[in-house]
Amino acid sequence: MRKIKELVIEKSLFTSALVTIAVTVGIILVLAIEAIRFFSEVSILDFFTDTQWTPLFTEKHFGILPLLSGTFLTSFIAIAVALPIGLSISIYLSEYAPNSFRKTVKPLLELLAAVPTVVYGFFALIVVTPFLQEIIPNLSGFNSLSAGIVMGIMIIPYISSLSEDALHAVPQSLREASYGMGATKLQTAFKVMIPAASSGIIVSIILAISRAIGETMIVAIAAGQQPRLTLDPTVPVETITAYIVQVSLGDVQHGSLEYRTIFAAGITLFIFTFLLNTLSYRIRKKYQMQYE
Amino acid sequence: MNNIKKNRLKDQLFKFWGICSTLIGLILLTIFIGDILIDGISRIDWGFITDLPSRKAEKSGIYTALMGSIWILILTAFIAIPVGVAAAIYLEEYSKKNWLSGLLEINISNLAGVPSIIYGLLGLEVFVRIMNLRASVLAGSLTLSLLILPIIIVASREAIKAVPSSIKDASYALGASKWQTIWHQILPASGGGILTGVILALSRAVGETAPLIVVGALAYVPFAPQNPMDEFSVLPIQIFNWISRPQHGFIENAAAAIIILLLITFMMNGIAVYFRNKWQQKWK
Repeated sequence: MRKIKELVIEKSLFTSALVTIAVTVGIILVLAIEAIRFFSEVSILDFFTDTQWTPLFTEKHFGILPLLSGTFLTSFIAIAVALPIGLSISIYLSEYAPNSFRKTVKPLLELLAAVPTVVYGFFALIVVTPFLQEIIPNLSGFNSLSAGIVMGIMIIPYISSLSEDALHAVPQSLREASYGMGATKLQTAFKVMIPAASSGIIVSIILAISRAIGETMIVAIAAGQQPRLTLDPTVPVETITAYIVQVSLGDVQHGSLEYRTIFAAGITLFIFTFLLNTLSYRIRKKYQMQYE
Repeated sequence: MNNIKKNRLKDQLFKFWGICSTLIGLILLTIFIGDILIDGISRIDWGFITDLPSRKAEKSGIYTALMGSIWILILTAFIAIPVGVAAAIYLEEYSKKNWLSGLLEINISNLAGVPSIIYGLLGLEVFVRIMNLRASVLAGSLTLSLLILPIIIVASREAIKAVPSSIKDASYALGASKWQTIWHQILPASGGGILTGVILALSRAVGETAPLIVVGALAYVPFAPQNPMDEFSVLPIQIFNWISRPQHGFIENAAAAIIILLLITFMMNGIAVYFRNKWQQKWK
């Protein structure tokens, strides 16, 4: 009797674990099926080469490039903000700051990542854009610059916390050896600690990029809803995620071509983040045992 | 001599820059909470919380959205916690090291990195269309449950892993079965850590906007949901809707609603940190 009960419990626990596989399979199937239906009506060549994305207009174009450029532009700005600041924070906290300071500041910084993204969207549109317009007079009310900067602030803790963990895991002996040779803290940080913790730091950067590409609300609120193939950060653009939101808010018929565009856009987004996540997982697994 | 001075100077300069960077993050957080407080605090009164949404900004309240958020929070907790904790127990205590456990591991790590809006597309096809739940509270909760499942699993595994094996050995030595050991020893011992992870995951769910928009949650609902099959709105969607309107009154409303939303998220984070500290002391 007891054996049967144990077996039933084990099987139901196993089923719960299998749910996670079902989710992945579900995501891939849903995106693939709707995307295949989409590509039976739109040529895949047009999808990747057409420079216009106007599925909601009478004259329809289905080129993903404008959405991709919007996504990469906002993500690039975000990383350009978050990388130097996040990395400097991690070096300062692990090499310079007293332990008590590190312990109070780290959770406070992590609050930046706990703030709901719709709040950041408000901040970008209502505070940062008007402020930037004072400096750049021809900045449009919706633009990738302000959305990108605010998104960068949001992902600072992704880089600073994970990189700090990586630096913290480097054995103290390496640090002491460097000090013993007469190196300053700065020289030790850049010539010894960062190379030693490089895999962890790279993982943190890849995860931050993946987070930026998939971020939705900030760009949907502050970057605009005009698909445009441009690298100009002062004009409205549209990202893949913002497009999906735009269609979801409207009244698009299920099963129509317009409806399928969000899955075609979705699978493009999924592939990019999947590649980045897999890469970071590989790096993490490969170097995990290094100092243990 | 000159070289040494130069290096020391560089060292000091970087230290200064490091302090600045750290403060930039904290100062921005302060500025921006301060700004939202200035914009919104005067709008908050009892009526703002208990009023239904309206076309006039000064008459609008967040009642339906707040109730929607609470519904979503409770249903999501009921769905995600049992599945997540059960999966974590399986992975830590039962699974053998083989291709399947490797696959589960890489899969969960990958799911944690899937953008939330993709979960929205999954929910739209599977829950809203195929299972025909329409844009109901239940469909929204199921979608968010899948979204936070990886977070709960990872946190619960960490907590279970941290339980000293002496506790397990002692339980087995007394003749307890595997499940008895897990139920009576391991789960109570790791409860604090699991709770921390669960609360953090739920606080993420409360702030999510995009997947619920994709699933079809509405910006305007006339009544608070009465059962899981009712249509709903949530606080973040109400905020998004108010931000998108041109009249200034709605911006004030948005700021006021943000204060309420931040209050909820920060409170949940605070509780989580409290449990984490309490639990960490236990094994030291």
